[in-house]
Amino acid sequence: MKELILIAIGSAIVNNVVLSQFLGICPFLGVSKNTKTAAGMGGAVIFVIGIASLVTSLIYKFILANQALMEKGIDLTYLQTIVFILVIAALVQFVEMFLKKNMPPLYESLGVYLPLITTNCAVLGVALTNVTKEYGILESVVNGLATAIGFFIAIVIMAGLREKIEYNDIPKPFQGTAIVLITACLMSIAFMGFSGMI
Amino acid sequence: MNKNVERLYNGIIKENPTFVLMLGMCPTLAVTSSAINGLGMGLSTTVVLVLSNLLIAAFRKVIPGGVRVPAFIVIVASLVTMVQFMMQAYLPSLSESLGVYIPLIVVNCIILGRAESYASKNPVVPSIFDGIGMGLGFTLGLTCIGLLREILGAGQIFGVQVLSLDWFTPITIFVMAPGAFLVLACLVAVMNIVRKKMEAKGKPLAAPSGCLTGDCSACGQSALCTGRSVTANADANKTE
Repeated sequence: MKELILIAIGSAIVNNVVLSQFLGICPFLGVSKNTKTAAGMGGAVIFVIGIASLVTSLIYKFILANQALMEKGIDLTYLQTIVFILVIAALVQFVEMFLKKNMPPLYESLGVYLPLITTNCAVLGVALTNVTKEYGILESVVNGLATAIGFFIAIVIMAGLREKIEYNDIPKPFQGTAIVLITACLMSIAFMGFSGMI
Repeated sequence: MNKNVERLYNGIIKENPTFVLMLGMCPTLAVTSSAINGLGMGLSTTVVLVLSNLLIAAFRKVIPGGVRVPAFIVIVASLVTMVQFMMQAYLPSLSESLGVYIPLIVVNCIILGRAESYASKNPVVPSIFDGIGMGLGFTLGLTCIGLLREILGAGQIFGVQVLSLDWFTPITIFVMAPGAFLVLACLVAVMNIVRKKMEAKGKPLAAPSGCLTGDCSACGQSALCTGRSVTANADANKTE
């Protein structure tokens, strides 16, 4: 239990996926103009990464690194990148269809963002990190969810700041993306303060 | 100008993926803490890009339109896996420091973007040169950013101490995560000025087509994150 909590805090706050690992920069910069859409995007990312880390770790454990196959000398782990990216791409499409049919209210709030996440590097990044760190299934899911929550925290804070930045007088060349990156830099410095926690 | 030379020039200068198109920002931020990492990442991306352009251009008439994106992803992912194992075997220390960002070349928008907008519509040889040009342009961008961060953050160039620590206090923040955002912010600002100047001269630069333009909400149609850059470049290539 203690280990799971450490993994969760580590990936949500200390090694924040956006601010210290630079994964998922595109939606972080693109969909952070107001807090409501940012929260929607964050929710969709939590949903997708949660499912994706469960599915990819199941596939890794029972198909790619299958014990019976390993004993026969067949090691399929080299296929991980190819399998993971295809599974994630298919999974997002599937989740979208499923939500549209069975949970219309949830689809209404997350649907627009789902296609944006398909090849989001954070999803593949989490799946690969789970393998590199040799996490089991439960640890993978916890790590995935925590990473996504870290993304949620970062994008919502950024959106809140950006709403205020709108009213400021910014030097011309820095208007637009540049000032957002400076803000991200300051947020990243702030998040470095958590590094002593673990 | 010879068409192949034109592709090289286009990739390295005119539509430089880092400075002008602002594509592939995740690796740009993540691996440029030193010049050698930037160079290594740039060159491995170049290898993948050239080979994927070659294969996709060769198979462009065989791959059915409807499943083209998954087919591209499989080709790119296989190439990336090969490059990853080559690096683990021959450059273990570089492979260690680039870590998860090597397999993440798969989702680099430059590669799928070029596949979709150039290689799938053009013959093999120009596609290879397009890959070399774009790849070297990306390498140039990453190495320059890496050099800047390394010299400010550690006083070193390619790991050699050039600014003596006797009088130079390294600004360590530049080799850490926040420094990446800061350098990129300044780069974007400088490019905004250059863009204005060039427009005043009547020679406008190509519009940034990556995620940094900041309205992802307009894209989201295809299975790629590069949807928008794809349509923008496809129009540009039609006129060629």
